[in-house]
Amino acid sequence: MDLPTVWFCVIALLWLGYLFLEGFDFGVGMLLPVLGRRETERRVLINTIGPVWDGNEVWLIVAGGAMFASFPGWYAGLFSTAYLPLTLLLLVLIGRGVAFEYRGKVDTDRWRRAWDAVIVIASWVAPLMVGLVLSATVFGLPLDANGDRVGGPLVILTLPNLLGALAVVAFSLLHGAAFLALKTEGGVRERAHRFALLLGVPLLLPVVGLLLVAQLREGAAWTWISLVIVLLAGVAALARQAVGRDGQAFVLQGVALAGVVVTLFGALWPNVLPSTLDPAWSLSIAETASSPYTLTVVTWVAAFGTPAVLVYQGWTYWVFRKRIGTEHIPPVHAA
Amino acid sequence: MAGPTGPRSAPNRTTGPTSAGTNVPAATGTLVRGNEDDLSCNSRPLGGRVVSVDLLGIARWQFGITTVYHFLMVPLTIGLAILVAGMQTAWYRTGNERYLKMTKFWGKLMMVNFAMGVVTGIVQEFQFGMAWSEYSRFVGDVFGAPLAMEGIVAFFVESVFLGLWIFGWGRLSKRAHLACAWAFSLATVASAYFILAANSWMQHPVGVEMVDGEPRLSSIWAVLTNNTLLAAFPHTIFGCFAVAGTFVLGIAAWKVWKRDRQGLPRDEDRRVWHKSMRVGAWVALVSFVGLAISGDVQGKLMFQQQPLKMASAEALCHTEQPASFSVFAYGDVSRPDCESVKSITVPFMLSYLAHGDFDTEVKGVQQLQREYEDEYGTHYPNDPRLGDLAGERIEYQPNLPVTYWGFRFMIGFGAVSALAALGALWFTRGGRFPRGRLWGPLALASIATPFLGNVFGWIFTEMGRQPFVVAPNPNPSGVDGVWMYTAQAVSSGVSPGEMMTSLIALTSVYGVLLVVEVFLMVRYARGGFEAVMPPKHSDDDSGSGGDDVLSFAY
Repeated sequence: MDLPTVWFCVIALLWLGYLFLEGFDFGVGMLLPVLGRRETERRVLINTIGPVWDGNEVWLIVAGGAMFASFPGWYAGLFSTAYLPLTLLLLVLIGRGVAFEYRGKVDTDRWRRAWDAVIVIASWVAPLMVGLVLSATVFGLPLDANGDRVGGPLVILTLPNLLGALAVVAFSLLHGAAFLALKTEGGVRERAHRFALLLGVPLLLPVVGLLLVAQLREGAAWTWISLVIVLLAGVAALARQAVGRDGQAFVLQGVALAGVVVTLFGALWPNVLPSTLDPAWSLSIAETASSPYTLTVVTWVAAFGTPAVLVYQGWTYWVFRKRIGTEHIPPVHAA
Repeated sequence: MAGPTGPRSAPNRTTGPTSAGTNVPAATGTLVRGNEDDLSCNSRPLGGRVVSVDLLGIARWQFGITTVYHFLMVPLTIGLAILVAGMQTAWYRTGNERYLKMTKFWGKLMMVNFAMGVVTGIVQEFQFGMAWSEYSRFVGDVFGAPLAMEGIVAFFVESVFLGLWIFGWGRLSKRAHLACAWAFSLATVASAYFILAANSWMQHPVGVEMVDGEPRLSSIWAVLTNNTLLAAFPHTIFGCFAVAGTFVLGIAAWKVWKRDRQGLPRDEDRRVWHKSMRVGAWVALVSFVGLAISGDVQGKLMFQQQPLKMASAEALCHTEQPASFSVFAYGDVSRPDCESVKSITVPFMLSYLAHGDFDTEVKGVQQLQREYEDEYGTHYPNDPRLGDLAGERIEYQPNLPVTYWGFRFMIGFGAVSALAALGALWFTRGGRFPRGRLWGPLALASIATPFLGNVFGWIFTEMGRQPFVVAPNPNPSGVDGVWMYTAQAVSSGVSPGEMMTSLIALTSVYGVLLVVEVFLMVRYARGGFEAVMPPKHSDDDSGSGGDDVLSFAY
């Protein structure tokens, strides 16, 4: 495999890491008012991701930075074309991060309710935008020969892209429920468990729909394999959830997500951002890749850096591995 | 913004970059065309022209606002994180509760600020692709690598170990917990190094060769050891400690002043506040010495690398030998004929600042403009994507008032904060604190000075690089032929409406969040140690079975 292809795979992996990690913490935010009926329960939900959400979000930053370094044309074309969705994504990520940190710092209901609203809205809007932008890079955008958008700011709102937005939201919801079933105890856990079982199948539908569209429009023969893996792992996750094996269900969802990312990026290959106007204007791996020297440099950095990240980020999850219930939540200690 | 059209009749509305109203033309300054015959040594006419609300102008305002805002959070985070790690180390080594109180209190304020720095940082990385896609395409082979490194090496460490530190009290061993504090605080410093490597490359491109009209990275080592970076990094880090030191000094002094005026006893808590204050003052004072030395090194480099930036910083029209340093202009520096600018000067001083001796020639703006025209051309290419600037004459001189006053305000505010620190050390020696009514508010006000110094420093160096986004490297042994005009860098596929939408949305959200952040900081500062120390009873059973309840939770 040549270096540009390696980096195409690295980018796919970074997005997989991002969708897996921030997927469940988006889900937790979305489910905040659904599963957290009392204030203490809402604090249970938030504290399951409290120590880790920031580290999860860095996967997005690194995915963006890695695209910039290894495929500048892809980064520039996609980010400028998806200008408004990314602006909205930035705005809600700003609000969401601050909300987690500030919510507990003043002890009034009004204060908490306001930040809860920010968390919930942001946790719904962010995966919508991520899904929209990721689908757009798979299905293509109306780009001219320079890689710039032709048409208004809303040309990104096509049916397949909207399906992609829905799919990421649906996956995040299901993944968040599975995470909460794994990380909490008591009432929250029971509700999360019920939620995942009840809505498991409907929530997988948009994901499967997105993959079928991608497969039929752009897929290769081998991406049928990853598509089938998604189906099998998705169903197996639900089956394990049904018998209360929360950990296995959560991991199987990760396997399904890996299948999703492989199918989508497999369908995208050898392009990075197709032009819907003229195939000759599509941005390809070969055309947009940085020079071999630059790719070699970032390969060395990633080769040493990424395993270290996995080790210490994994360690965080180990340190905070205990289930959280309402009895673990200390009294409010605000300024 | 309508007004007289001729630059010569531009009214004097330049009060420096602090005034939002007159700031509009400043940011787009070099891109607003003046009369052809005013080319040399004129500043752009401020407030006297109709400024079209164009894509480039909005994009520049957006970058300026988001970057300056981000850099309000960054220096405090970096400086305070290291100070807090130091305080925690003192607690770890001595077991003295005084240091625990300091760690908890200053750590809490750091966290309130850290969150803002993190979330506004994502905008910084994304907007290169979103708003400056042409720039990203042109420099991607070089510029992306330090950004990716920053993410992999610094941001992951920062975020993961900050989470461990916040939630790890009582859960991790004291030693591991302290290691987390050092991990995330040193990662913030590493992050500064990588992003300054990227910025320094824009100021002084190295380590590349031109292939097919685009710079290709040929030595990452050259990029990471760029002499511009080696000067900018210590200067920036000292700036961070100046901010953090003055912040600690200002708040702690206010606490001591308030306690003394309320007639509270000179107890242990007062000693802790007093100690914090003196630590902050020493940090700020040492930082200013570091800032002066590193700034001098940086200035001498800039005279070689971007002579027009420095000549503009001095409003130096004509080449002088030996050259005088302008301390303060009392004429109107925004006037196109800078010859009429009267300023108080120190003879020979500029020669020393530029070259380290007292008789070397320093080139003036007029001569440099001609040299740049010979070297880099007289007119912009006739490319429709350049909008109004297509085919126009290139103004190589950056906006004179912004550069001139930005430079002076940077130094001035830095000097004021150093004086504040020096004064604080003198007046509070041996545990005393002056009783006067004004000392408390004065202490709080001093917090603003290093922030302002940082902000003006960045405005100066970034505006001073205009009209280039990547300034050409004038060193013949360095990299030749690599430069990019800011006007060419903006995303051509994005509409002004979109850019304006994000500018308004981001600015509004930033504004609201700044109010919230200050509100929380004031609350925590008022609350003092009681608001941050764990409740007393939980101390008793922390050794046995304290595992049931989280020691910290959101």
